[in-house]
Amino acid sequence: MNIGVLALQGDFLEHQKMLEQLGARVIQVRLPQHLQDLDGLIIPGGESTTIGKLAVDFGLLEPLRAFARDHAVWGTCAGAIFLARNIGLDQPLLGVMDITVERNAFGRQVDSFATDLDVPVLKEVDPDNRPFRAVFIRAPRIAKANGTTRMLASLPDGTIVAVRQNRWLATSFHPELTGDDRFHRYFMEMAQSKLDL
Amino acid sequence: MEQETGSFTIKKGLAQMLKGGVIMDVVTAEHAKIAEDAGACAVMALERVPADIRAQGGVARMSDPELIHQIMEAVTIPVMAKARIGHFVEAQILEALGVDYIDESEVLTPADEEHHIYKHAFKVPFVCGCRNLGEALRRIGEGAAMMRTKGEAGTGDVVEAVRHARSVLGDIRRLQNMPDEEVMAFAKELGAPYELVLETRELGRLPVVNFAAGGIATPADAALMMQLGVDGVFVGSGIFKSGDPAKRAAAIVKAVTYYNDPHILAEISRNLGEPMVGRQVSALPEGELLAGRGW
Repeated sequence: MNIGVLALQGDFLEHQKMLEQLGARVIQVRLPQHLQDLDGLIIPGGESTTIGKLAVDFGLLEPLRAFARDHAVWGTCAGAIFLARNIGLDQPLLGVMDITVERNAFGRQVDSFATDLDVPVLKEVDPDNRPFRAVFIRAPRIAKANGTTRMLASLPDGTIVAVRQNRWLATSFHPELTGDDRFHRYFMEMAQSKLDL
Repeated sequence: MEQETGSFTIKKGLAQMLKGGVIMDVVTAEHAKIAEDAGACAVMALERVPADIRAQGGVARMSDPELIHQIMEAVTIPVMAKARIGHFVEAQILEALGVDYIDESEVLTPADEEHHIYKHAFKVPFVCGCRNLGEALRRIGEGAAMMRTKGEAGTGDVVEAVRHARSVLGDIRRLQNMPDEEVMAFAKELGAPYELVLETRELGRLPVVNFAAGGIATPADAALMMQLGVDGVFVGSGIFKSGDPAKRAAAIVKAVTYYNDPHILAEISRNLGEPMVGRQVSALPEGELLAGRGW
């Protein structure tokens, strides 16, 4: 399976390492032609303003939108922001998912945190339904999940931090920073299946 | 469910998000906005850019908290700020202000010539400068969650950043090829904590994110440092002491992403206006060198 990792800025190598351990072939995507022959794409954590600006300058916005129409795409943190339709700020977005995301929703770096999340959908890749250790770094939250978007995980106060719509996945946190590969396995299954949910 | 904050994973985590990016020195909120618009992944607030500290002399200290506050209000990207080496009260103030990273920096006048800040005591993460592997691992031992080469700040001369990056990365390569029985003596030679030496050997890289800094002035300089093997770059005086800061800043951001593509580098290096004038490091008197500060 060929999985692309958008490699404009951020922690794309952490995703790459995780995917390679799971047997995927990983292609770093910096230009439109790198999207050929991919089964799915991950947009990593990083600074969404930097990633957005580079995507505009190197003509990636439209090719990424076209790719997302019939492929699995997963955004973590900055990636989730980039996938959103609306964030209430003026910066380039793909606008693929029907979600409203609020940047830096938990505060600054001193407010960054890790916590255990209950993610029932991970049972599909591992019947042992243990909690998922989630690392939130200056994280966004999913303020509104509209239309066909399904919530996959939330914090005890109800804040939505993981959603899926069709073959698109958005997480506020960073599964690539922990040793737990269940989200990556879940995404690889999404990328493999030709079904839309 | 319990929430953990200020752990080493979380401190290191922000630096991991900065990788492949450019962190730019800014003095005012206006600078910070230019940097963000150019694609900086973070800004570094300081009182004067290193070239001005060099030119004007005097004691260089933490920036005015009001200016730092204005910078934090002006941008959505992470804001770092510099504290003097060993000045843990400046660091406490910066933490109270809510900055996202503290740079315990040799660019400011050191407050302690023997001891660096005990960085494990803080919730806010620290970045520190290094010239070699031993210095990097000592700082990580004290709690630094990110490293950068010292280079020679405010010169626009990349030679020291190259020297320091080659030294760190070269020593890691040596360490990896060494038989087990030689590692303890090597740790002694480096003056570095043995456990961190072992971890570095195992990982084949520093245990934290490692940027280049000090003297980077052009897109080619930035790409050079990336090809040598660093995770990203800091640019100080190189941007706001050049003829067209916004244009140069945007070009350096692109150079860090496309560092391996000479055709793109050629394109983005065109017509950037005047680079900072710069000073050749080898022509500076010993007393003006900043990299020797800290141990």
